[in-house]
Amino acid sequence: MNDKPAILELRNVNKSFGPIDVLHDISLRVRAGEVLCLLGDNGAGKSTLIKTLAGVHKPTSGEILMDGQPVTFSGPSDAQGRGIATVHQFGGTFPLMSIGRSFFVGVEPTKGWGPFRIYDRKRANEIAVKAVRDFGITRIDDGDRLVGGLSGGERQSLAIARAVYFGARVLILDEPTAALGVKQASHVLRIVNEAKRRGLAVVFITHQVMHAMTVGDHFAVLIRGAIAADFRRGEKSREEITDLMAGGETMADLEAQVEGYMETHQGHPPPAKVLEGPAAQ
Amino acid sequence: MAHPVASTSTTPAPERTQSRLALGRLARRPESASFLGMVAVLLFFGLFGGSGFMSTAGTASWLNIASEIGIIALPIGLLMIAGELDISVGAIIPAASLTAAIISGYYGLPDWLGITAALGLGLAVGLLNGLFVTRTTIPSLIITIGTMFGTMGLTLGLTVKIAGSTGVSLVPDPFTKAILGDYLGGMFQVTILWWVVFVVALFWLLHISPIGNWIYALGGDKESARNVGIPTKRLTIGLFMLSGFSAAFVGVSEVMVYQSAQVLAGQSFIFNSIMCVVIGGVLLTGGFGSIVGIVFGTITFSIVNQGIYFTSLDPNVGSVIIGALLLIAVLTNDTFRRLALSYSSKKGGQS
Repeated sequence: MNDKPAILELRNVNKSFGPIDVLHDISLRVRAGEVLCLLGDNGAGKSTLIKTLAGVHKPTSGEILMDGQPVTFSGPSDAQGRGIATVHQFGGTFPLMSIGRSFFVGVEPTKGWGPFRIYDRKRANEIAVKAVRDFGITRIDDGDRLVGGLSGGERQSLAIARAVYFGARVLILDEPTAALGVKQASHVLRIVNEAKRRGLAVVFITHQVMHAMTVGDHFAVLIRGAIAADFRRGEKSREEITDLMAGGETMADLEAQVEGYMETHQGHPPPAKVLEGPAAQ
Repeated sequence: MAHPVASTSTTPAPERTQSRLALGRLARRPESASFLGMVAVLLFFGLFGGSGFMSTAGTASWLNIASEIGIIALPIGLLMIAGELDISVGAIIPAASLTAAIISGYYGLPDWLGITAALGLGLAVGLLNGLFVTRTTIPSLIITIGTMFGTMGLTLGLTVKIAGSTGVSLVPDPFTKAILGDYLGGMFQVTILWWVVFVVALFWLLHISPIGNWIYALGGDKESARNVGIPTKRLTIGLFMLSGFSAAFVGVSEVMVYQSAQVLAGQSFIFNSIMCVVIGGVLLTGGFGSIVGIVFGTITFSIVNQGIYFTSLDPNVGSVIIGALLLIAVLTNDTFRRLALSYSSKKGGQS
């Protein structure tokens, strides 16, 4: 797979907001049919990186390449037009709209002509239901059902199916499993695998190492806005990755720190602040 | 973005039992609860209102009320589905009435000029509301309260300055009278027909044209709606102009019916129209509702409002019934909405 050209690539990307540097020298590439897992604790710069990939932010320096060609996204819709789709934690869908209506929101299929164009509900429902069922979510069979009545995993699946239907080549999944139960999360992971099988490039953002290891081909750990580690599947164990995400401090270090504190403070555990240390600044 | 639509029939949805289908469909309709409410209210006043309520005159009394509130409740409902509120209609109605009365009555200019100016005024206030709402982060409730007071003050000040009193009369010419201010059969205001026109037009807009989908999306999640490319700002401004126009239309038809305009008319429409919309099953926070529901809500409200006079109940306590009705309606609507959501996630082996 290494010989395939990357669909999306970042080269030495820096991003700062005024005097605050958020991303330092990020280089990443994701190929067709590959899942890149972006791991990082809260505040590591994941959301800024996603927004840069999705065209919301422009890099302060460095370049973004698609299919080997440098590109500049003029905005999120430009990035979408080039096939980069972002699916957010809650699916970005409308709970009180029907499956068919929310699937086609903004690009409604119509029949008729001119000012008498009307929304084609039947066709919208058929296409939406088929798209989701093709991803293996067979419990969805009625396009008139309200999105809010679906489970979290089904909503994610609907959003992913929607992105794929509208021609996405790069799928950015922002913590898709964070709010889900074990069973629902495994649904979503199956969908990610299916997207990968269809040749999409997937950027999977998470802080759940187990989920990342289930589907990931390539891993990048983000700490304080820089890539702290970049490795392929099977090169690191779960413990090593977790330690990396915690900023290089191992759990053993933390435990020693807690014990030391308790000895000098009449057995009280330390307030959270003391433990964070410089890594969390 | 338009994707070619190929074979869509390869994965047929499994057949389900008819009753399950019907139940789900019904629970999902925003107007289900309001339909039940309307039937209940009709039965109640049919039984206790005696022959007076069921007579032609009795029917006309609530239909006339319903038509005026109804024309305003419809665009207010659309705004509410889109997640906004418009209080300023209460000031636009008298402002439009007086604009028409001053131009065509006080100055004696042609009726069409007064009507056009009045409708234009409604559109202008709506545009102002829309611009304020889309360009600031102030809630539309506050903005439209502001524009309501602004419009009210200007109406009062200018009317007194120009006409020297707070009321201006207008005698419409026969044609204007016939299309806007007449009584059909001696008791049914022609406004009822205009209400039907508004219902048909806005039903088309919300449920048949693709723009309806945008309105639901806007009220469901503004951020996502913008991200999928819906022109949210233009849509919001358009909806506010629609409600301004509708309020002005009611103002114009009132002056044609009653042949005079008063500065303080119209205040009752603010709460009444919101109540009709809420009774009709529209979610206050947006994203859910239907035109048919708003019509049911308007009819329910008007029947209670007028029906009380045909019963032996003390009309002075009529507001108690309306207040109770509102609370019951909101509770029922919430229940139905929960049903609609939980129904769809309920699964069983019955499929």
